[in-house]
Amino acid sequence: MTRLHIALLSAGLCLASQSVFAQAPAKPTDPQIAHIAYTAGQIDIQVAEMALKNSKNKDVRAFANDMIRDHKAVNEKALALVKKLNVKPEDNDTSRSLMQQAQAKQKELSALKGAAFDKAYAQNEVAYHQQVNAALQSTLIPSATNGELKDLLSTGLKIFQGHQQHAEHLVTQLPSSSSSLR
Amino acid sequence: MARENFTGIFLALAALGLTVGGGLAAGQSHRIVIKAASYDPAQVRVHIGDQIEWDNQDIVAHTATVANKAWEVVMGPGRSGRIVAQSPGRFDYICRYHPNMKGEIIVEP
Ligand SMILES: [Cu+2]
Repeated sequence: MTRLHIALLSAGLCLASQSVFAQAPAKPTDPQIAHIAYTAGQIDIQVAEMALKNSKNKDVRAFANDMIRDHKAVNEKALALVKKLNVKPEDNDTSRSLMQQAQAKQKELSALKGAAFDKAYAQNEVAYHQQVNAALQSTLIPSATNGELKDLLSTGLKIFQGHQQHAEHLVTQLPSSSSSLR
Repeated sequence: MARENFTGIFLALAALGLTVGGGLAAGQSHRIVIKAASYDPAQVRVHIGDQIEWDNQDIVAHTATVANKAWEVVMGPGRSGRIVAQSPGRFDYICRYHPNMKGEIIVEP
């Protein structure tokens, strides 16, 4: 895979993700917010499981294991909270689009092997966390009416901002795509 | 989780010649609470022989990993970990899982 292809791929993923959150209702309800946040976590777990199947890189595998552990923990808390609050997470356009986008992305990633897969996975983790964090910050957290849900989302945001930085480090650690052209 | 915790302490001991805290520490104890992916307080000023304890009250695992990787404490949710300061200096540390988490220990003689 050439550098140009990777650049185009990343750009494509960014555009796709932005449009997903652009479809979010101006003020989603708590059941919708819970479903969006939970879905976003499940997607990152799925792609991390894919990374564990596809990657032999020690740092990539460690990162994928971190994502599975953290997103599972946060989603377990989210499930416990919606149960306690007697809220039924509600499927909505945003969570459905997120899932569709994730399936397309996983298909793209599944065509890649070795170092190209590692780099694309890490770059996508940066882009994906950026978008989810932006949505949490601008829409989901301000829209949440229940205090406990707002708190959980805020803690989640801090954790996911950590994931974003961790992914940014990972991208710089991995061999650059230009070196594979030589 | 318990094993993880122990490994963290063991690494810390091995790398800096730190001693296990609790009954052995002659100095003061300093507690750092981890909540919502941050260390509170972010900076502690201690003396040689003091114990530094991290109490992870967050919903995910965190680490306290010194910048030069010489020691690391790993804590699952609801777990704690500790080290005893043995050499003077400024030690910047981060969470290896969430590098946006930053803390500093200043060890005075
Ligand atoms: Cu952490």
